[in-house]
Amino acid sequence: MIALIDYKAGNLTSVRKAFAAIGAELYDPASPGDLERATAIVVPGVGHFGATAALDRGWAAAIRARVAQGRPLLGICLGLQWLFAGSEEAPDCPGLGLLAGTCYRLKGSAQGARDAIKIPHVGWNNLAIAHDAPIVAGVATGSQVYFTHSFVAPVTGDTVAVTEHGEPFAAIVQRERVAGVQFHPEKSGEVGLQILRNFAHAT
Amino acid sequence: MLSKRIIACLDVRNGQVVKGVNFEGLRSAGDPAELARRYNREGIDELVILDITATIEERRALADTIRAVARELFIPLAVGGGIRTEGDASAAVEAGADKVSLNTAALREPALITTLARRYGSQAVLVAIDAKRAGDSGTDRFSVYARSGQSAAGRDAVEWAREAEDRGAGEILLTSIDRDGTKIGFDCPMTAAVSQAVSIPVIASGGAGSLADFVDVFTTGRADAALAASIFHYAETSVRSLKQYLQERGIPVRL
Repeated sequence: MIALIDYKAGNLTSVRKAFAAIGAELYDPASPGDLERATAIVVPGVGHFGATAALDRGWAAAIRARVAQGRPLLGICLGLQWLFAGSEEAPDCPGLGLLAGTCYRLKGSAQGARDAIKIPHVGWNNLAIAHDAPIVAGVATGSQVYFTHSFVAPVTGDTVAVTEHGEPFAAIVQRERVAGVQFHPEKSGEVGLQILRNFAHAT
Repeated sequence: MLSKRIIACLDVRNGQVVKGVNFEGLRSAGDPAELARRYNREGIDELVILDITATIEERRALADTIRAVARELFIPLAVGGGIRTEGDASAAVEAGADKVSLNTAALREPALITTLARRYGSQAVLVAIDAKRAGDSGTDRFSVYARSGQSAAGRDAVEWAREAEDRGAGEILLTSIDRDGTKIGFDCPMTAAVSQAVSIPVIASGGAGSLADFVDVFTTGRADAALAASIFHYAETSVRSLKQYLQERGIPVRL
């Protein structure tokens, strides 16, 4: 069973519904110790990076231990950002640090400009697949997915797909068993469900 | 490149989709789940369910309708109408809404925007503004109306949109009461005035009649998304043919 960690950063109804639609079973771990039985782990989340403070050292250590044992980990939106060292949004709040880099705010353009790049980045945008990885099996370059965020992770060697909103950022990352998506796969139609299937099949 | 979103609105009363003109004269347009399914097949980017009589008849958005629509769709779903309290919003979210739309309640109690943004994130809070041109048609002042367009709120639409953003709203759903259901085109100057005044996305609504109206609202109206109801309900225009038309004219869309 896949552990869905609810640390109260947003509502998870849609995430649960999407995993149910692909036939994956979820459970809510009540404590870090409850991750023992996880076949895989999902860290969702929306909002301020500071909310990840609820994923304290106990949770982080338990997640790292499971990943070290080869269990897949998927970060969604804020959960992707948490995989990195940290974020400029909450400098005092460390990330999990499994991926190198620090998250930062999209720059956008001046308010009122023609064809303004508005922040937050809300809506459907393209994925440019940077290199093949299990998480993007069956997902073509140009596929569109649904984003809603202001902060992003940098494009690094772990970036599997890049999206542009005034500047390129990491839309999908994967390093071995650790994957993350900046968009909402549970709200991204068939493309999103395909990505969740790719993750669930890795378990 | 970020796509311009096409959003279908399901105005729901007693579990049925209805549509009127200038907020009055309602006629039935079918079952919400059935319509939602069709729009999803055609490539709609997002759905809004509005319980249009909720404020007047003191009825809450129908959780059953939300559940039926949310069950099989994996695109963003916003719900509005009758959301007056944190409890109403949480009922909609628990039923499967990704966003709640506040209108009259936000005007009466602006702090509710902040309360909900803190609890669910700004991306989940949409502030709906129903506005009408004030005075002569030549003037560019837009007055906000509450209670399904029935009572003047004594607010300017641009100024209220800015306040909503400051209080934590994630998007503005701007409806022109003058244009609602008329099919003579969106109020582009009003949409542009609000869109340029805020950095959050503005969804334009009211008046969609032709494919060209959507081009106008995305260019001169500077809308980030456009919402329509009648034009899709009666199958006058399919979502896909609208998007193809937009793409041919250089507007980025999801196809």
